[in-house]
Amino acid sequence: MFDLDKWTEIIQVLIKNPLRTALTALGVFWGIFMLVIMLGAGNGLRNGVESGMGHWNKNSLFVWGQRTGKAYQGLPPGRNIRMTNEDFEALKQNLADARVITPRNQLGGFSGNNNVVRKQRTGNFNVMGDYPDVQKVETILIDQGRFINQNDMEDKRKVCVIGTRVKELLFEKDEAAIGEYVRINGVYFRVIGVFSTRASGERALSFTERIYVPFTTFQQAFNYGNTVSWFTMVAKNSASAEELYEQAVAILAARHKVAPDDTRAFGHFNLAKEFGKIQGLFAGINGLSWFVGALTLIAGVIGVSNIMLVLIKERTKEIGIRRALGAKPFNIVSQIVLESLTLTSIAGYLGLFWGVVVLGVVDYLVEHADSSDMMFLNPTVDLNVGIQALIILMVAGALAGLIPARRALKIRPVDALRAE
Amino acid sequence: MIKLSNIHKSYQVGKNRLHVLKGIDLDIAEGELVSIMGSSGSGKSTLLNILGILDNYDQGEYYLDGTLIKNLNETRAAIYRNKFIGFVFQSFNLISFKNAMENVALPLYYQKVSRRKRNRLALEYLDKVGLYDWAHHLPNELSGGQKQRVAIARALISDPSVILADEPTGALDTQTSYEVMEVLKDINKNGKTVIIVTHEKDISEMTQRVIRLRDGMIESYGLEKQPVVDNK
Repeated sequence: MFDLDKWTEIIQVLIKNPLRTALTALGVFWGIFMLVIMLGAGNGLRNGVESGMGHWNKNSLFVWGQRTGKAYQGLPPGRNIRMTNEDFEALKQNLADARVITPRNQLGGFSGNNNVVRKQRTGNFNVMGDYPDVQKVETILIDQGRFINQNDMEDKRKVCVIGTRVKELLFEKDEAAIGEYVRINGVYFRVIGVFSTRASGERALSFTERIYVPFTTFQQAFNYGNTVSWFTMVAKNSASAEELYEQAVAILAARHKVAPDDTRAFGHFNLAKEFGKIQGLFAGINGLSWFVGALTLIAGVIGVSNIMLVLIKERTKEIGIRRALGAKPFNIVSQIVLESLTLTSIAGYLGLFWGVVVLGVVDYLVEHADSSDMMFLNPTVDLNVGIQALIILMVAGALAGLIPARRALKIRPVDALRAE
Repeated sequence: MIKLSNIHKSYQVGKNRLHVLKGIDLDIAEGELVSIMGSSGSGKSTLLNILGILDNYDQGEYYLDGTLIKNLNETRAAIYRNKFIGFVFQSFNLISFKNAMENVALPLYYQKVSRRKRNRLALEYLDKVGLYDWAHHLPNELSGGQKQRVAIARALISDPSVILADEPTGALDTQTSYEVMEVLKDINKNGKTVIIVTHEKDISEMTQRVIRLRDGMIESYGLEKQPVVDNK
């Protein structure tokens, strides 16, 4: 219930000594401000790093063949392992823990020369032979047209899906790419889709410098036979990527007559593991932010409580008068608690507000900065976090008021009113 | 109006018990203007605190306007203070950041009277003590006599049964003291019971009877019309 008189009283008391009120409020302001800034910065760092690896499914695992390290079953060490479509079938049938298994072949990239030609324009792009399933591993945003589908695979259609960067380099600005042809290593492919990415900066550029073609078409058009360069797998949520890797290697080792304890025969990269490390780091940063922020906040609240105590001391007489005039204990307690609550809420709200404003400015600057590949993106705090902080703040404010209020109750009007 | 029978009160001072009031019997009728005198240490402040429901007593009975005032919790005591008693203090005890009108209106705030109504009443009572034009001044802009009149208006606004004045002229010069006493006498003429604690003889002589305290006992009741005995 809104009680105008009570609020008038509170405001009168608070503005009676503006400097003291402001200094008290500053403690709380700073606590919330720091909390917001630190959480925001932590989030910014996380967003930056995650957007770097943004197009990958976080639970992915990559396995490729290398050279064997041990002699086994009469075969010498140093043998090249070449994986094939049959391996793919075997993995698909035997890996129960995999949500997705998809083989890939790749052409071009860092070591290649200009491999893609359209009219007068040429470019050096990564050409990926992929299954439609690759969309479950990488986040590919289709801007126009469509992605590779099962029919493309079965018919070995010479179609391709190009990245926005490829389109930019091979086509005129307003030219439609769909239905046009590009020549990849001398073979014409029809463009059926254009994709972009959620990642930003340098990584977005390199990711959209890709061309996807059907895996089957790739093998045939570029003379790969039944070769598979590597497998990408995504573990089911119930399974760990590490176990999946062990199972996959066991299957492959048996098929390729590799010693079971040969660690060199198959290379792998466990994104989940790397990602887990980073997640741990961010959890740590987040925890630290809360820890430091909360302590700063507590310091601020203790400041409020302290000042309120001093205030009570100073207002002993006033409180005595009020009680002599008929103020009930509840009136006194609620007055003091509300004063404290008002002070912390306003200061906290301002802290939250300015924290968000500063984060907003930083966000703006980051977004408009040239070096967009910096490891920092969207430094924002969750609205829920802000609301939680405010609720904590208000509870703390009320508690901060309760201690002085109890002190105020102990003042006997007799003592307070004793003249002189 | 006020009936005290065999009131005892002692304080714990360190390991000793200090017996301050040693059986006070006192009757004050409605409409009386009474002064309580006594040297310091006589127990007059303690008596006033008990009368004002600011303090408890150990033994005996205290009836105020027919209500037994005994072992009250703080909330009840606050309600009774608000309802029965108007205080006037030596040091005025106005709240420094509230203007005269808000100070006068304060007791009604605790009765949950609406702002409009209590400000109207406050102006009315300020008018009665001749300070209508000063309603929006802060206490530090008022003279001592004006402050005390504001305090009197505040004591009156809740229409209490008794006005308790603790050395109301203690901080004022003679001229203003007399003016303030005139105000208190006026109030008494309109039917209020007024009790004044003082150690100034000239002030006590303006009241209808003087009760003298000495060492926690009532030395003389100063019954009306009876000559005041000065034993010094």
